[in-house]
Amino acid sequence: MVALNPPASLSVAQADNGGRLAWDARLERLVSFAFTLPCLAVVALCVLVPCAWLFFLSAFGSDGKASLENYQRILDGASYARIFITTFQVGLATVAACVLIGVPFASFINGLPPRRSVIFLAAVLLPFWTSLLVRAYAWLVLLQRTGIVNSVLMGLGITKAPLELAFNHFATVLGMTHIMLPIFILPVLGAMRNIDSALIRAAASMGASRSYTYRRIFLPLAAPGIAAGAILVFVMSLGFYVTPAILGGGNVNVISMRIARSLSNYSNWGAASALGVLLLVFTALLFALSYGVQRVLLSRQRS
Amino acid sequence: MSSRSAESVRIEAVSKMYGDFRALDDVSLTVEAGEFVAILGPSGSGKSTLLMAVAGFIRPDRGRIFFGDSDIVRLPANQRGFGVVFQSYALFPHMDVMANVTFPLQVRGVPQDAARRRALAALDVVKLGGYGSRRIGELSGGQRQRVALARAIVFEPKVLLMDEPLSALDKILREEMQIEIRELHNKLQITTLYVTHDQREALTIADRVAVMDKGKIVQLDNPETIYRRPVNEFVARFIGEATILPLAEARAVVSGDLGAVAPSAYALMVRSEDFCLARSGDENGWLAVGGLLRGVVFQGDSWLLQVDLADGQAITARAQKHFSAEVGALEVGQTIDLHVQRDRVHFL
Repeated sequence: MVALNPPASLSVAQADNGGRLAWDARLERLVSFAFTLPCLAVVALCVLVPCAWLFFLSAFGSDGKASLENYQRILDGASYARIFITTFQVGLATVAACVLIGVPFASFINGLPPRRSVIFLAAVLLPFWTSLLVRAYAWLVLLQRTGIVNSVLMGLGITKAPLELAFNHFATVLGMTHIMLPIFILPVLGAMRNIDSALIRAAASMGASRSYTYRRIFLPLAAPGIAAGAILVFVMSLGFYVTPAILGGGNVNVISMRIARSLSNYSNWGAASALGVLLLVFTALLFALSYGVQRVLLSRQRS
Repeated sequence: MSSRSAESVRIEAVSKMYGDFRALDDVSLTVEAGEFVAILGPSGSGKSTLLMAVAGFIRPDRGRIFFGDSDIVRLPANQRGFGVVFQSYALFPHMDVMANVTFPLQVRGVPQDAARRRALAALDVVKLGGYGSRRIGELSGGQRQRVALARAIVFEPKVLLMDEPLSALDKILREEMQIEIRELHNKLQITTLYVTHDQREALTIADRVAVMDKGKIVQLDNPETIYRRPVNEFVARFIGEATILPLAEARAVVSGDLGAVAPSAYALMVRSEDFCLARSGDENGWLAVGGLLRGVVFQGDSWLLQVDLADGQAITARAQKHFSAEVGALEVGQTIDLHVQRDRVHFL
């Protein structure tokens, strides 16, 4: 029999070569990982360290001894429960408003020819360039008792007395929706842009009307983007401070305002930190939930 | 799948401009009831635009499109009731195979039981019985193609429109599907318009082939006529392999009697595979052209012979594989005579 195996020397040479190739591959991975270092450093310095500090501070009572009294106070006090509920209500209302306004608008932009869609997209993104504070006061100008909206309504005789438009939940949600809408529309539009236009044509060729196609094909395919946008808006809404402070006028008490008060009025870092930690935990849970929902939605339409 | 009464599709003087680009230039075409017509052309020739206009996705600038006796050019796509198969298949990724195939039936309000039954029958026709609960992502390209086909025929459309349905498949699968689509058409007798850029596919699949160039139909004939008797140089070069010699040049390099030539003819065309290395049978009725053999390429079923004529023009001839002895005797750089029967020469 002629040996079918190659001579020993040849296979040894191949083994050496394999080791060197594996080393090259490892080196390549290391080099590409090095590109993330600046970003990692910033995240560590600006996110991880403060968060750890927050956890640390929240675990000390007002007497400087380690205790869970900060958390105990939050769980016991009805006022804290109300604050959490208000924060979540405002957040959910903002999400609902963003979905109701943003989904049709994104659908509209998606249907436009490229050049015109840029104009409408710019109109959505323009408010990004103005500060939160300016936009909050601008809404106040519109909504207050002697504001433009009330003047017009009374001038037209639609209402006799001025409506209470400012300093309430309505004004707060309105202001926050205005701010969050671009952040909602971008991921939604992204998802819609990824929908193959041939699918829409195919549905039409099979006899489906525009609204049937929109409901059965377009919206389900945009759903992961809508879910992503909604979660993003909700999570960001939980941390709003300026808008509820100005447009809520003291009638809308959200977590961030309570944190600020703990610090500026009582210099109570422990209480403020505990609130911050709870907010962080809620947010993390929500992200986990949304990740699960997204995965389910996407896995159902993987192609 | 019951047999149906087919209707014709008549395209009359349809034009479409995109800016300055003339996508469709006064195109007229009639697809007879139950006929299979392939539109063949290079990219940008307007073939897909024409199909999309018939489907109702593109509104022509001018012209009329008749379905039977009714003008449908202004009818929205969803009211035309034509089955369409897209190049990208356009299957709904969030639905399983069954939901995809029953979709056109649900739109029409067919009860669920009946819809399921008809979908199963359609899946059987495309040999995908038992695939109903598969997700689209789990299917191969060929299977997706079949689902798209099932979905397009399940509502028994009177017209089937296909836009390069096989271009994403590999060669073997593509040729298999060509035969299957042909058989499916024989069975269902749906009036079919089929767009492709693959000349072989068009010749294989269609009753008649419409060759398009620059927004116009340049020739509409049965496959054999298209291949044997192209109307101009574009068709001759686009379909098959051809040597085209201007008449003046041909008279100089070709030995033998060209015979009667129409006064309007300006060139002659010979298909590469019609060149022979030797004459056979009757010595009369043959022409010959001499040149220098520049290269021989083995291509499996045949050899490609590259020959430079005396006046410098390069031509190609094809020798089938049973000429291996003759080809083996050839040497690159030698002079060679290529023979062709007089009736294999076509004048343009």
